[in-house]
This record gives sequence, C-alpha cells and structure tokens, in this order.
Amino acid sequence: MKQIKKILIPYSLTICIFYFLWKALALALTREVLPHPEDAVGAFILSLATMDFWGHFVASGFRALMAMVIAWVLAFPLGIAMGASRRVDALISPFVFMTYPVPKVVLLPVILMIFGLGDLSKILIISLILGYQVLVAVRDGVRGVHPQYLNSIRSLGANRFQLFLEGYIPAALPHGFTALRLNSGVSIAVLFFVESFATLTGLGYLIMDAWGRMDFDQMFVGILGMSLLGVVLNESANILEKIVCPWFLQQRK
Amino acid sequence: MLKISNVSKGFNGKLVLEDLSLELEPDETIVILGPSGCGKTTLLNMISGMEKPDAGHIEFNELTVDSPSTQIAFILQDFGLLPWKTVLNNVALGLKIKGVAKKERTEIARRQLKDLGLQGREKDYPPVLSGGEKQRVAIARAYASDPKLLLMDEPFSSLDAITRENLQDTLLSTWKTTSVPYLLVTHSVEEAVFLGKRILLLSGSPSRITGVFLNEDFGRPDFRQTDAYFRLIRTIRKQMGESW
Repeated sequence: MKQIKKILIPYSLTICIFYFLWKALALALTREVLPHPEDAVGAFILSLATMDFWGHFVASGFRALMAMVIAWVLAFPLGIAMGASRRVDALISPFVFMTYPVPKVVLLPVILMIFGLGDLSKILIISLILGYQVLVAVRDGVRGVHPQYLNSIRSLGANRFQLFLEGYIPAALPHGFTALRLNSGVSIAVLFFVESFATLTGLGYLIMDAWGRMDFDQMFVGILGMSLLGVVLNESANILEKIVCPWFLQQRK
Repeated sequence: MLKISNVSKGFNGKLVLEDLSLELEPDETIVILGPSGCGKTTLLNMISGMEKPDAGHIEFNELTVDSPSTQIAFILQDFGLLPWKTVLNNVALGLKIKGVAKKERTEIARRQLKDLGLQGREKDYPPVLSGGEKQRVAIARAYASDPKLLLMDEPFSSLDAITRENLQDTLLSTWKTTSVPYLLVTHSVEEAVFLGKRILLLSGSPSRITGVFLNEDFGRPDFRQTDAYFRLIRTIRKQMGESW
C-alpha cells in the first residue's frame, strides 16, 4: 500500500501540471495540430478498450522487454568478467571503448540486411544500445568494489567461484539495474524509430500511421501509449531492483 | 600452535618486514603494537594466508599456511562486513563457504549474535548499524566458524572511547569462555596492555620486533584501574620513545 502511494502521488501531481501546460499550449496554438488534452486523453481512454491498441502495445512491449532481457543476459556477466579480471578487461575493453561512441542506431540498416525486417532486427538494435550501457556500468561498478569486501570473503576461505557468488555478483547487481532503468527511456526512443517503418504493428507504427493520415487524436493515442510503456518498463526495472537488491532499500531509509 | 620463522616481505623492491619470528601458544594472546605503515596488516595478511612471505616460513598447527582457511578467522580493519548481506547472513557466510547446510548455519549464526547481544538485528543490513554493532557482528562472524586462531587488524580504532572499552571487555570475556587465542595489531598502547598477554613492539624501516613485554596481570578484573596497568603503559611508552 505504502509502495503504491509512493508511486501514485508523484505521478498524479506530474500529470496535473502536465495537463495545464498542455492545455495552455493547445489554446495558444489555434490550428488543429495539437488536440486539447481532454480530446487526446479521451481518445486514449476509448482506445484502451480496443483490441487494436493493445495489439500494438503488446507488440512494442514484447520488443522492448526482449531487448532488455537479451542486453542484460549478455552484458551483465561480461561486465562482471571485465570488472573482476584485469586480463579479460585488457582483452575486451579496447574494443568496447572504441565502439562506445559510435551511435549504434546507425547500424540499423546493416542489422536489417543481416537479420531481415522482422522483430529480431528491432530487438537486436535495442539490445545493442542497452547492452553497452549495462556493460560499462557493471564493469565500472565491479572495479569500484572496495577490495576490503573481497578480502573479507577471501579470508573466510572462499574459492574463486564463491568469490563471484558472494562478492562480485551482488556488488554488480545495483549497477546493472540502474543502467537498465536509466536507459529504459532510450530503448523506447529507439523502439519508436525502428517501428516507424517496415512493420504494421507497434505503437511507433500507430504514431507514424496516424500522423500520415493527419489523425492527431489517434497520433496522441500512440504517443500516450508509448509514454505508458515507458512508465511500465521504468517502474518494473525499479521494482525488480528493489526485490533483487533489498539492501539498497534499507540504506536509502 | 602458530610459528612464524624469519619472515620477510617487501613491496615494489622496498622491504617492509625483515626477519620476523614469533610463536603463539594455545592459551595466549599477542598484541602487536606499531605505528601506521609498519607492516602490521601485511603480517596479518600473511598469517591468514592471503599473502605469501618473500622469505621465511609460517606454520599453523604444524602445517604451512599458504591459503586462507576456516581455522584462522580474520577481522579486518573496517570489519569487512558485506553491505549486500543481512547481519545474519554476514555471520553465517564463513559457514556457508565451508559448506554447512543452511539450517545449521542459520542456527549457529543466531546463537552467535545472541551471545554478542545483537538479537533482533538479524535482518538488518550493515550500513544501518553503528560502529560498535558492526564490530560485534564481525566478532560474531569470526567465532561462528569455530576458528582455532583469531586475527584482528586494529579492530577498535574507528570506535568512540566508551564503545571501544566496552568491546575490549567483550573480546576479553569471549576469549575467557572460548579460549581461542588471538593475535591483534593496534597502535594504541592502552589497548595493547589491556588485551595482550604478550605485547610485541614493531618498528623501524624495515620493521622488526624491537621490544617484548610480558603482561603478568593480563585478564584480571578491573585491570584498567590497577597500578600494574599504568606501570606497563609507562614502560612501553618509554621504550617507544627510544625506538620510534
């Protein structure tokens, strides 16, 4: 209950402020470009009852979620290995840091040509972008673990496997989750981009299609849908972090 | 039971400890007194098996020490409690690493925490504990795996004076009931005199043992109020003034 309150109050407050700003802007722009908030939200709420909307929402949600899972599964262990072992780091980090500044999204055409126009390419490009963030955050996080903690585990007679289990992995978890949470917005942005062509499903398609038809109410249904998806992903990562890293919760009190 | 023979150790070509020998008997406690940077921590690391001496030999119960074992418990300078484990799991960690079943190790850890007056804190995480509580958890963890020797690296240096004396009493009474010998390093003369049956002075560069004091009245009740306590402190201070 307390948890729900903690999420609800800031969100409803934000929505209120947002509503007034939007309304003012809609009144200022006399043209039809920006629908009034109640029209857009009305259309959005109506569409919540349609299978069509949920089809798009689920398609987008699936892509984003799969991308997050793939990014996590690949980048988290690799980040720990790099952070924990100088040798692994020396081998991999030049590659990572040389390619880090490359905006991965420009590789989309290449990925599309290799993996086709389907969901796989869309998911891969998002996981590539997310994976880099998780990788770098986890690597730096593991490197920054106080050696005293590791010594303490070692002094109890731990072998290398136990050292990872009791030390490196729990130390890296919050870093990985924070990276995931902070970059859920980025993955939605990329999602919009990859859904704007070569597909007939997803909220990105919904936005682009409605835009093309000059149906601004529908366009806002898509925009609000994507915002909702962003909120859901962000909060899920947040809640997951609290479940997996309970020690973080107590420290913040 | 612990035998250190002619141990030397250096870092980056600079010798830190030179030709150090000492023996610890099963019913004894040794406090090593030395200034910061004299290689006290290095010595403990070597005894625990986390570092290897450049020369010389360390034996524990007739076996060469070459890797950490559960026989020797080590309380690190800032307690070494893992922030991501609850107090209970921190105490049980040594047993977990040893392969003790969950039910048994939880039971032992609970009992150990109770003995140190920490019942009710089992589910807390170390960052919310006070310094004294953290130290108690560290002591509980050290004793949980039933060690044969306890090493402590300036265990009370970050605590306030009252908590420190309190914990020194705790340590001493625990020693009296468990009779696990300990080797403690500190830079506090008062602490050395209160906790050491034998006190070794470590100084110089590279460090060597420059003084040995037998503490005959060690362990007496209200030792801190006795003349013998202050006399020994004065003697050690005088010697320190000459050798440091």
